[in-house]
Amino acid sequence: MKHSKIALAVALLGLSSAALADGHVLGRNMASACASCHGTNGHSVGGMDPLAGMPKDEMLRKVRDFRSGAKPATVMQQLSKGYTDEQIEMIANYYAAQK
Amino acid sequence: MTLNRRDFIKAAGATVAMGSLYGCAGGAKGSGNVVVIGGGYGGATVAKYIRMWSDGGINVTLVEPNPAFVSCPISNLVLAGEKTINDITTSYDGLKKHGVRVIHDTATAVDPVKRTVTLSKNGALSYDRLVVSPGIDFIWESVPGLTPAISDSKIFHSWKAGPQTVALRKQLESMPDGGIYALCIPKAPYRCPPGPYERASMIANYFKAHKPKSKVLVLDANADVTSKGPLFKKAWGDLYSGMLEYRGNHSITKLDVASQTVEFEFGDKVKADVLNIVPAQKAGMIANAAGLTNVGGRWCGVDWKTLESTAHKNIHVLGDSTASSPGMPKSGHMATQHSKVAAAAIVNLMSGQAAPDPMVIANTCYSFVSSKEVVHVAHPYVFNGKEFAVPKGAGGVSPSRNELEAKYALAWAKNIWADALL
Repeated sequence: MKHSKIALAVALLGLSSAALADGHVLGRNMASACASCHGTNGHSVGGMDPLAGMPKDEMLRKVRDFRSGAKPATVMQQLSKGYTDEQIEMIANYYAAQK
Repeated sequence: MTLNRRDFIKAAGATVAMGSLYGCAGGAKGSGNVVVIGGGYGGATVAKYIRMWSDGGINVTLVEPNPAFVSCPISNLVLAGEKTINDITTSYDGLKKHGVRVIHDTATAVDPVKRTVTLSKNGALSYDRLVVSPGIDFIWESVPGLTPAISDSKIFHSWKAGPQTVALRKQLESMPDGGIYALCIPKAPYRCPPGPYERASMIANYFKAHKPKSKVLVLDANADVTSKGPLFKKAWGDLYSGMLEYRGNHSITKLDVASQTVEFEFGDKVKADVLNIVPAQKAGMIANAAGLTNVGGRWCGVDWKTLESTAHKNIHVLGDSTASSPGMPKSGHMATQHSKVAAAAIVNLMSGQAAPDPMVIANTCYSFVSSKEVVHVAHPYVFNGKEFAVPKGAGGVSPSRNELEAKYALAWAKNIWADALL
């Protein structure tokens, strides 16, 4: 019984760690599209907002405001409309974790 | 059955070992050899990102004939005298710091069965996966009378930034005031849809300040301006009235080099002091030599989930050489985005994992209409299981030309060069 409990826990943790790794990779991939303008891993070399280390809430608010048109923008209002809420959250998580 | 804290602690120990199967939080690492042909926006970016995302696990060799990267975007500012060639040149040393082996040579052949690339000077390279990102080459027959030799010495295309950018700038500087500069644009698809119209604008901008009696003639094989048409036409009317003339439906039928005269299918002959002919385009030469140009014999078909060629396994094609997904321009920015989809797929595939679903990718093109003002076009592209497409209601252009985006255009350039090469 004890062993089967551990086996179940291993399975659950294993799944979640795989899911975490997958989630991280998908977030990393999704975020990499932003890097062409905002710098590798969000480290802008100047003239564009750095995204690395931006708190998640701040990123979510900004992108939602771009999408709704509440925040004035040049390209971001047009590009942000290509993303779902879930995808924006992935990107926000990724950049919030960058130092 | 309940799980207590102790069970989880024991289990957590076991999952640390398991975690390595997934490369921990970093995902797949991969191993093996990748060869990248072409060190432009696409090739440089994919080389860097494969090294980065495989955590140095995958060996990457980049084959590029030019000694340094010279950007096509911003090169029209060099023609206009606003920037120098050095401003748009970046060394490949940054890629070397990522562990990319850079070989300055030309790939002449690919054997997709033996998985080898033949180089013109340095023998052959073996690969597990090959990335072909050679940009465009010209269809010389599209301009009867034009040859590579003439195009390299007298009538420049300047559609690959580098020595021809400098040479065309010199012709413009030597042209007497009152002269005619004519730009011949090929039928789409060609590299950088708004590029010719930016070039015409910026050369008019130069004439306006330095040679005000001169004229810019735009002779377009397309029926009308192919990108940001209303924005360009508004700028031309407001800023260069009487100086810049646009003529659509001008397909070249003959070039007479000695008299610098071009004849067209419809319309009058044109004689120019500076003739800038951009021939029609196709995938870079090596793509054809490798048997990858399976779309009309001109462009390369790819599986958009991985950018793997539909002609040969284990070969990925990026950038201008691809048969574009709907609404996708052939642009430097687009090529970097292809690179990231391909890098993610390659790192997974070389770790024995399935390729991930592609991320949302985007294109942003800024065009200068004067030294101070810019217009943009920007679109996101979402993978639909088969190809990429722009979601309804997304993307668009600048509402009007503006100075703010001139600052963004230059910041974009600095950042995309750094993302690709540093």
